[in-house]
Amino acid sequence: MIRQITALIAGILFGAGLAISQMVNPDKVLSFLDIAGRWDPSLALVMGGALAVTFVGYRLVLGRGQPVFADRFELPTARDLDSRLLAGAGIFGIGWGLVGFCPGPALASLAFARFDSVLFILAMLAGAALYIGADRYRLLPKTS
Amino acid sequence: MVIENFTPVSALIGGAFIGLAAVLLLALNGRIAGISGIAGGLLRPAPGDAGWRIAFIVGLVIGAGLYGLPAGVPIIIDASVPVLLIGGLLVGFGTRLGGGCTSGHGVCGIARLSKRSIVATLTFMAAAVITVFVMRHVVGG
Repeated sequence: MIRQITALIAGILFGAGLAISQMVNPDKVLSFLDIAGRWDPSLALVMGGALAVTFVGYRLVLGRGQPVFADRFELPTARDLDSRLLAGAGIFGIGWGLVGFCPGPALASLAFARFDSVLFILAMLAGAALYIGADRYRLLPKTS
Repeated sequence: MVIENFTPVSALIGGAFIGLAAVLLLALNGRIAGISGIAGGLLRPAPGDAGWRIAFIVGLVIGAGLYGLPAGVPIIIDASVPVLLIGGLLVGFGTRLGGGCTSGHGVCGIARLSKRSIVATLTFMAAAVITVFVMRHVVGG
């Protein structure tokens, strides 16, 4: 139960950050990605602000050896640059550029009760399910 | 280059909130705040592993609404329904295949100086910039 409460609090802070920075607005995100148009560099500072905190905070936290309410830190173990990583990032980038939503802002935007958000999220879940199916039937390149 | 609608202060403050959320989730629950991974894990959850994921996503919506609704943050979605659906499919598939999105790779992974996350972030940023260029200045130009 305690881990659900802490996750809820972290989620609220994360969602507030997305709203404060206006990253929940696809139009603002596309203005950042449109470097040949009327460019809005804000997103670079959102990432910069987040990274400034995580860069220092992660070091302090990981130095403690153990999380407060769990046995261990669950960190990614993969190290190699494989075709899945590159293809996945490329495919994600195309979708992000088409609409201006990445997963966090898309889910957070449910707060604004927009039908467009719901459609995007359903398609996103279908895409994730498609990945699970393709992975199960070995249609994807092997992980290294 | 023409710079417009630049909001540096709210961008930095919002970014710091996102960073704080990621640090808290690691410090308390030992988890990486990658949204595609948190949400994707709900499609085939391990026993007892769904609750915190749902709680985080519910929090995400509450947090965005708590600030965004009273502040009147605009949500402008220009994409047509077919583009929305194709974009959503690509984002869902690509983030699972690539093991992360803007938050997991871009914020959490880069903070750990993960080579995979740095390469993934550069790749999806480049792909998104090229896509916007093609859609706005080649196709839509």
